[in-house]
Amino acid sequence: MVEFSLPKNSRIRVGKTWPKPENAKDLREIRVYRYDPDGDETPRVDTYFIDAADCGPMLLDAIIKIKNEIDPTLTFRRSCREGICGSCAMNIDGTNTLACTKGLDEVKGVIKIYPLPHMPVVKDLVPDLTHFYAQHAEVQPYLKTETPTPEKEWRQSIEDRSKLDGLYECVMCACCSTSCPSYWWNGDRYLGPAALLHAYRWLIDSRDEATGERLDDLEDPFRLYRCHTIMNCAKTCPKGLNPAKAIAEIKKMMVERQV
Amino acid sequence: MSYRTAKARVTGLGSAGSGVHHWWTHRLTSVALVPLGLLWVVPFAQTLGEGHAAVLALYANPFHAIVAALFVAVSFHHLAQGLQVVIEDYVHAKGWRTGLLVANSLFCAALGFAGVFALLKIAFTAPGA
Repeated sequence: MVEFSLPKNSRIRVGKTWPKPENAKDLREIRVYRYDPDGDETPRVDTYFIDAADCGPMLLDAIIKIKNEIDPTLTFRRSCREGICGSCAMNIDGTNTLACTKGLDEVKGVIKIYPLPHMPVVKDLVPDLTHFYAQHAEVQPYLKTETPTPEKEWRQSIEDRSKLDGLYECVMCACCSTSCPSYWWNGDRYLGPAALLHAYRWLIDSRDEATGERLDDLEDPFRLYRCHTIMNCAKTCPKGLNPAKAIAEIKKMMVERQV
Repeated sequence: MSYRTAKARVTGLGSAGSGVHHWWTHRLTSVALVPLGLLWVVPFAQTLGEGHAAVLALYANPFHAIVAALFVAVSFHHLAQGLQVVIEDYVHAKGWRTGLLVANSLFCAALGFAGVFALLKIAFTAPGA
């Protein structure tokens, strides 16, 4: 029935406390989730100290500093360091966000860093996003047409193009989907806010000719209707997008073609 | 261990092709319950303390009997749909899920019909009806 007991790897131990830097001007304490599913140990939280005065301004700078100077075994993803690749998504201070766009000064006191919630952990702060990416592929996030391809380009009015604003900016960091309780409980069948935002981005693209087919594929009690407008997705999105609104628009389109 | 691809797992059995009716009727019934609730509760509250005969007289009136019957029927329809969503959200063991979904439908239908039947009985047999 309902699961009341948590799996073994949900028990988190107190880990190692690493030494403080000497003569630090602005000492910050950072606690980081550490887990290696291939090992025998349950997850632990290690405590690191860095001198924020001798570090870049962002959370990502801090964990790169930890990896370079304190503990090279700390594992995390990062690439662009400017909020466009979506790689460094993690749970910082209780909220999913991008480490590269979160300032150290935005967090008061101890900084706690965990991987994105409710995903299998590959190691430390790296979640397994295979299923998440497959859900993105499932909504066929590309232009689908039957009309022969025009010689130049598919034309779109300025007005129609503006409908894609607030949707195309998504970087697929998975902050939204992994913050959604519905996705936690039914992520195997519920597509989640990120995939649905992308689905809507193609549903309202004036150039796309597969709108009905796309709606057919989404009309399902689990794929779409697990969204109960909890709004965690919109609250957490590091790009300031609103997946909940996109999902509501899909639901409206579903009704619109019935009445 | 399963060697199914991620894509195969996501696609699963494909789209059920339903869900919009459930979602739309759930919203419609919630909107309908606002006026129905008020129209039912205000006259009923006025009979509080007035005794058995006053309640019988109230539902001998066809308008109040119809409003109350609609209120009961729509409420239980709404309840059944709402509980269904809760069960689908939280109960993952297949046997439990199917069993609870069936029990939910039967329970809500039985209580709804019983409520409407009780009202009809009063409406058709109360003195002055």
